[in-house]
Amino acid sequence: MKIDPIHQFNIEPLFTIGHIGNQAIVFTNSSLYMFIAVALTAVLMLGGGRQLVPGRFQSIAEISYEFVASTIRSTAGSEGMKFFPLIFSLFMFICVSNLVGIIPYTFTISSHIIVTAALAFLVFFTVLIYGLYKNGFKFFKIFVPSGVPIYILPLVMFIEILSFFLRPVSHSVRLFANMLAGHIALKVFAGFVAMLGVSLGTVGWIGGMLPLALTVALTALELLVAFLQAYVFAILTCIYLNDAIHPGH
Amino acid sequence: MAEKSHGAPTKGQTGAHTEADGGHHGGGFPPFESTTFASQLVSLVIAFVALYLIVSRLALPRVGGVIDARQNAIESDLAAAQKLKDESDAALKAYESELASARSRAQAIGNETREKLNATSEAERKTLEDQLSAKLAQAEKTIAATRETAMSNVRGIAADAAGAIVQRLTGVLPDGGTVNSAVDASLKG
Repeated sequence: MKIDPIHQFNIEPLFTIGHIGNQAIVFTNSSLYMFIAVALTAVLMLGGGRQLVPGRFQSIAEISYEFVASTIRSTAGSEGMKFFPLIFSLFMFICVSNLVGIIPYTFTISSHIIVTAALAFLVFFTVLIYGLYKNGFKFFKIFVPSGVPIYILPLVMFIEILSFFLRPVSHSVRLFANMLAGHIALKVFAGFVAMLGVSLGTVGWIGGMLPLALTVALTALELLVAFLQAYVFAILTCIYLNDAIHPGH
Repeated sequence: MAEKSHGAPTKGQTGAHTEADGGHHGGGFPPFESTTFASQLVSLVIAFVALYLIVSRLALPRVGGVIDARQNAIESDLAAAQKLKDESDAALKAYESELASARSRAQAIGNETREKLNATSEAERKTLEDQLSAKLAQAEKTIAATRETAMSNVRGIAADAAGAIVQRLTGVLPDGGTVNSAVDASLKG
């Protein structure tokens, strides 16, 4: 028996939707889990009651709402609330799909760089287009920090511009790498349990308790990471949007 | 078949991997298989646009409305409570001032009554004292008169007795004037 920690990331085609040029557009397991995340978010946000004193289910929806709203207000100010639906969608989509992905035998959408990159570029272009639309050429002030001596300004500007264009890379790779590495680690340790048991018999099953305990601990850690990475993605979006709203920081 | 164009299966690389199923593409690292990108992007766009519409049109207005309604309810309840508290404070103040004025009025009435009663009793006492002193003076006068009469009677009796004693001793009835002057002298002494 061989541990194959990569198998869980395979894209399994379910049925073909159509073709764009030569490229077949296929409904895959990834698509399925995307729609599961959308459906779960919808149920979570719309399924709760509308009581004055909320029940547990309603509380989850309200806590999510307040959590994202306060994150935006604290990082991008009240003007950032314009982007509340976008940031809330990003946060819930990543958070719900990450949490679903921890369940064994499920698929984790954000373990694919194309998905996280698409979301990161969505944020990047939102920042760029909104920043230019709202501030015109003043938007480029974000590349010129105030109070920098003139002789090192070109260097600082170069670094600022480079970091601005590297944002979508770091933004997407952070989420992708965290989810990928976490799931590989989980799979490897879980695989050890079965491998020890199968190859060493009784001694192996007893020895397998250690990786089993590690798997349990890692699962708890992954729960934290699943939420934390969604939060990090959302708060970075807020910070980037803050540049577009207030470029002269 | 469409599935065939979706990632090229290269079984060799997975070696002894036995749990491969029909959909397994073997090949390289799945997240970097660019043949799957278009499908994922299309799904992602559809899913994310759907989520965005659900969130912006339905979910956020709904949850935000509930939270706002609660906030308003709490604020109006607090305002109502504050209003009631103010009212009760005002009522308490009115009650206290009413009580104070009633107390001072009661005190005033009490003082007035006491003074009036004092004056009346003083006047009554005075008339009574006057009456008593008048009666006393009259009584003293009566006593003096009675005493005078009694004294004059005593003088007469004494004179008679003296006359009679002298007559018995001497056998001679003394002269009335002498006896009287002698009695007077003795009474004075």
